[in-house]
Amino acid sequence: MTDKPQRLRIAGRDFSSRLIMGTGKFASGATMAAALEASGAELVTVALRRADLSGQGDKFANILTFIDTKRYLLLPNTSGARDAEEACRLARLGREPTSSTWLKLEIHPDPRYLLPDPVETLKAAEVLVKEGFTVLPYIHADPVLAKRLEDVGCATVMPLGSPIGSARGIETRCSIEIIIEQASVPVVVDAGLGAPSHAAEAMEMGADAVLVNTAVAVAADPVRMAIAFKAAVEAGRAAYEIGLAPKRKEAEATSPLTGFLDETR
Amino acid sequence: MKLDEFEIAELTSFSLKATATDVEAILDRAPAGHMSLADFAALLSPSAAQPRYLEGMAQQARGLTMQHFGRVVRFFAPLYLSNECINICKYCGFSRDNPILRVTLTLDQVGAEANFLREQGFRHILLVAGEHPHFVSENYLRDCVTRLHPNWPSISLEVGPLEVEQYVPIVQGGAEGLVVYQETYDRGVYDAMHVSGPKKDFDWRLETAERAYEAGFKRLGIGALLGLAPWRNDAIALAAHTTYLLKKCWKSQLTISVPRLRPAAGEFQPMVNVTDRELVQFVCALRLAFPEVGIVLSTRESPKLRDNLVPLGITLMSAGSHTEPGGYTGQGKDELHVTKSGRPVKAPLSVIESEGEHATVQFEIADNRSPAEVAKRLDQMGYEPVWKDWEGALNEV
Repeated sequence: MTDKPQRLRIAGRDFSSRLIMGTGKFASGATMAAALEASGAELVTVALRRADLSGQGDKFANILTFIDTKRYLLLPNTSGARDAEEACRLARLGREPTSSTWLKLEIHPDPRYLLPDPVETLKAAEVLVKEGFTVLPYIHADPVLAKRLEDVGCATVMPLGSPIGSARGIETRCSIEIIIEQASVPVVVDAGLGAPSHAAEAMEMGADAVLVNTAVAVAADPVRMAIAFKAAVEAGRAAYEIGLAPKRKEAEATSPLTGFLDETR
Repeated sequence: MKLDEFEIAELTSFSLKATATDVEAILDRAPAGHMSLADFAALLSPSAAQPRYLEGMAQQARGLTMQHFGRVVRFFAPLYLSNECINICKYCGFSRDNPILRVTLTLDQVGAEANFLREQGFRHILLVAGEHPHFVSENYLRDCVTRLHPNWPSISLEVGPLEVEQYVPIVQGGAEGLVVYQETYDRGVYDAMHVSGPKKDFDWRLETAERAYEAGFKRLGIGALLGLAPWRNDAIALAAHTTYLLKKCWKSQLTISVPRLRPAAGEFQPMVNVTDRELVQFVCALRLAFPEVGIVLSTRESPKLRDNLVPLGITLMSAGSHTEPGGYTGQGKDELHVTKSGRPVKAPLSVIESEGEHATVQFEIADNRSPAEVAKRLDQMGYEPVWKDWEGALNEV
């Protein structure tokens, strides 16, 4: 327990915000930029496949121009890659145009549920860490896989709460609890967080950060929803740091019936 | 795919008589998705077309589309390589027996057409051609793909079906997607419509998507051409095909297209009229049944209908399309000819006079707005037009 908020530290870098934002599904670049600002996020992920990697300033693939890299650390992601080879190729290609060696490693061969391939993810992580990338892998809430990824040098693990964009919240709770308990790298709960309460729940469980995208991007008012998530993440984290009251089966009266025995006359 | 195992006729018959109670039960289970084919059939019923249910379906479809795809629509453009064809199909402008002006673009001409589309903003291209093993050989297709690959993050093809080993070099050249419409899933109607040529083989065409997947294509497009057979029958069979492919080709991104027949050379009249209301019902039902599947909308439909269909489930759109080879920049107009017995022959004056100085279109388009105009309209509607949503490096083998 501490009397002041702890900062998030990933790969030796400190962040005051524990909310990481995604940049897909927004109605426009301007809306996205406004939501990012309102969220207070300092780490922002972008799909490399949507960015201009040609280095020619393609105005029809300009998503990166809406993200102020003085303000946000760019976390390019490999969404679209179906195996380790594709992910590595995409990561290397994106390194120069994005000027970022941070990488959210996403390998989902199944476009229907976008569930991550554990075998390919571990394979790619091992290669990319050796090549100098700061790798943040998107994974199933699999505690053994989380440790394996930590062993090969990943900077975090990012277990899913439920499938991407599903807004189903933390359906993998018991596994995420084990991951948090065992991890010696930050644990970022990624995917499926559809409501600020889901984000708060992850933080109360002791997650180091959360990543949110769809819930903000498709909200009727993305800016206000970003603010709501920011508040929820801060509330959940504060509660975790302070320590939540233990859950009990029975009520505990605030005015105990036997309290008189300890009263001094 | 064994289509006959899906009992399409029984499901169609159920679709026609499903009651309001059946429809309510499905809609009350919201959020939808992962429904049975019988549920899907009920959503296509005349009962479900009643305004109160259709509006409910539309609302749910909009929500699911938003959730899965966000406020974005991916743009693509068709590039017609050739209008040569060895098939005789009653409804198609390119049909072998139509005395039309034909041409197959050279690689340089394909490059020039593609550059025009690139300047308009397109980064996803669909190469379209009639079926002709001589003019549109697999080597020609591979060369077109190889030529475009450095400048195009996403290349798909809509061409005559090939064998797996014929597809492989095309995939290795950098192609990402393969589109093949069954046209109609009704075997009897299919046989009547496809008078002669390799397209007459229903099952060979039906299994094309699976062969393409085996060859390494990442994106598979299927569809039915509405207007040939009773539409509920085709809609249910298309859903069955989708269900099958989602399991069998689990690593592919599946897209569905529901084109309505448009006027074309040969003056074919639709056998069945599919109304706007029925098309809306079909799109909503598809979205409810398959929340994660892409739905494509071409320029066959009017601007008004296109704009209004977007929120209901459309995730991919073409714009400013031409359906003839050379249509964007006039490439190939010096080589226009008619084809007789598989050989190019100088076009008679009468054909040039009736067709004009360009290759004949496959069908007429209904939305003549420029890509920029469509993009602007989407922006006004609160959708981001996404020109680039793929990276060519993902297609390298």
